[in-house]
Amino acid sequence: MDNILVAKNVSKSYGDYTALSNISLEIPKNCIYGLLGPNGAGKTTFIRIINQITYLDKGEVLFNGEPLATEHISHIGYLPEERGLYKSMKVGEQALYLAQLKGLSKQDAKKRLRFWFDRLNIGDWWNKKIQELSKGMAQKIQFIVTVLHEPKLLIFDEPFSGFDPINANIIKDEILQLRDKGTSIIFSTHRMESVEELCEYMALIHKSEKILDGKLSEIKKEYKNNIFKIGLEIEQNGDTLLKQLEEKFHILSSSFDIQEKQLDFTVQLPSNNTRDVLLEISKQANVNRFEETIPSANDIFIQTVNNKEDNG
Amino acid sequence: MGKLGLIIKREYLAKVRNKSFIIMTFLSPILIVGMIVLIVYLAKINDSEKRIISVLNESEFLSKEFEPTESMSYVLFKDLTLQEAKDSTVSLGYYGLLYLPKGIDLENVARSSYLFTKDNPNTSVTQRIESVFQKQLLQKRLGKLGVSSEQFSDIEAQFEINLAAFSGEKSIKGINEIKAFIGGGFGYAIMMFIIIYGGFVMRSVIEEKTSRIIEVIISSVKPFQLMLGKIIGTSLAGITQFTIWILSASLLLFLIAFFFGIDFGAMDSNASMPPGPIGGVAQFSNSLDSDTMLYANEILNIPWMLLISSFLVYFVLGYLIYSSIYAAIGAAVDNETDTQQFIFPIILPLMLGIYVGFFSVFSNPNGPIAVGFSLFPLTSPIVMLMRLPGGIGEGGVPLWQLLLSIGLLIATFLGIVSLAAKIYRVGILMYGKRPTYKELFKWLRY
Repeated sequence: MDNILVAKNVSKSYGDYTALSNISLEIPKNCIYGLLGPNGAGKTTFIRIINQITYLDKGEVLFNGEPLATEHISHIGYLPEERGLYKSMKVGEQALYLAQLKGLSKQDAKKRLRFWFDRLNIGDWWNKKIQELSKGMAQKIQFIVTVLHEPKLLIFDEPFSGFDPINANIIKDEILQLRDKGTSIIFSTHRMESVEELCEYMALIHKSEKILDGKLSEIKKEYKNNIFKIGLEIEQNGDTLLKQLEEKFHILSSSFDIQEKQLDFTVQLPSNNTRDVLLEISKQANVNRFEETIPSANDIFIQTVNNKEDNG
Repeated sequence: MGKLGLIIKREYLAKVRNKSFIIMTFLSPILIVGMIVLIVYLAKINDSEKRIISVLNESEFLSKEFEPTESMSYVLFKDLTLQEAKDSTVSLGYYGLLYLPKGIDLENVARSSYLFTKDNPNTSVTQRIESVFQKQLLQKRLGKLGVSSEQFSDIEAQFEINLAAFSGEKSIKGINEIKAFIGGGFGYAIMMFIIIYGGFVMRSVIEEKTSRIIEVIISSVKPFQLMLGKIIGTSLAGITQFTIWILSASLLLFLIAFFFGIDFGAMDSNASMPPGPIGGVAQFSNSLDSDTMLYANEILNIPWMLLISSFLVYFVLGYLIYSSIYAAIGAAVDNETDTQQFIFPIILPLMLGIYVGFFSVFSNPNGPIAVGFSLFPLTSPIVMLMRLPGGIGEGGVPLWQLLLSIGLLIATFLGIVSLAAKIYRVGILMYGKRPTYKELFKWLRY
């Protein structure tokens, strides 16, 4: 059993509006899985189906190999995008309440809350009311409440929105540590760049359909387009050299710094064969940079969507 | 503790700890009792002036008959002319001067006696003085017919027995009104409870929506559990508040009556207070301790067990129906100002129940309108309770009507709660726009 969650042909529509059409996903255990897509693509609907807040119309979801059922709720931790707390309740009381709703006993919940409150340095907030806290402070409490019952699957919907950079880093480290302890994590966001540093797997959802999924490194390999960044130390005028090179290779862009005597350019190669170009430039000058450009998740997303629309 | 229990507990505590709730709980009885005391006090002030009447009696009659009472006393003038007596009455500030001229015949004296006052005299004053004359005249006239003074006191005593019988009849008539008011009071209590605490349920749902905690909670519990827990928790808080109101209001009334000696029985004659939940109860207990045994007997004859058990049934079902509608409304909107268009249709049947009840049930508890409204599920909790003090069967509500009414109510309860739960489930996750009725209807199919 390698997958914590398997979705098979999941569809959901609200009246005439299709929120999800025929989505199939496999989310492996013990990794961070990025669920990507622009706002309104259907990510939240999919997450709500996993949390049994919304019911699917067609298809099937398996949690740890079993059809999704009520008892799985206590194994899932969910931090929604639209999150808040009761304003007039005290922090400790509220955290206890939410933890008990997840099935923890009062003593257990208290003990674990103490641990987490100390860990995130908010031990003295216990008797404060939520309305006295800042948005970032409230987010810390929401994070604690989400992970407190040690779920097997954690779902974060836009977890970093509302955090300042320092606290966002603290939370990111906590998420990574949870993964190292064996928790499976779904990370939903429309900010593609945040995926690359965290996720091993990802799926792209666009207009209610899955357009791409798999291991991030493999996707990137697949979407490599043989563009290389090259830097040269040169003695003579860069323009003449560039002209020579342009006759043989497809140069996309270039820049020349006279003072540093540095010529930088990007080149599009016909295949992943780099020998010809290296041979050629090393005859002319010292190479101080040779780097393959790997497409960002954002590039991949745009490219896939464009392909899809061209074909469709 | 199960999840439902946790939710109920939280909702209850959140409500009970709320500052405005606490203030309302303890201020209301003081306000209500204060108002009652004020009314009684004002009624008393209005007629509490101690009136002093000077009496210039030149005749030999009625020399000892003018006995001071609580509100009237007499000062006897002697050896004064009428003008002197008038002047001194005015200068002493007395209420008036009663003048009995010289004469040997009581009839003549009485006919030519005068009561001089500054303004038009108060009727209670003239009545009292007239009654003194009347008694003497009666005795005198009867004496002429050969009735001795012992026989006269016999006649007087007999007359009192007649009076008692007459007042007994009158109090039975009063009991019927009280009965209708008791039923109406229960119905009114249900309506008030629904409007107050249904509104609390609605606001609590809106609060969860606007604070965005709702999605966190329903990822742990079913929306229906949350809705039910909210309704039950809020109503328990409501019951707590109602109980505190009734107990503390009765206690305060008792204490005030005890320490200040205000006679609340005096209110009975002008107790045309609007029948509020507290007013109804206060009125009822007043009637109990201030009237005759006959009165008490009649009240005991009301089928209390039936009335109270039906009250509980109608209260629970009616409240659940309406508060789940309130919860659905709260879920459908983003803020309280958007609720108006949905609330009016809810309050309408409640108001209709109360007014149709007061106008049709009181005049004819078994008329077609009364029967119809006591069967229709949205008004039956109010109207049926008004009919029930008349008992079941002969002369009261036919048993089949009661059973049909409860049956319809249960069916409606199941239907409405499941519809409301659907709207609730969809609505709590919808933000941004004000829904129309058409959209709400669409949500039912999601």
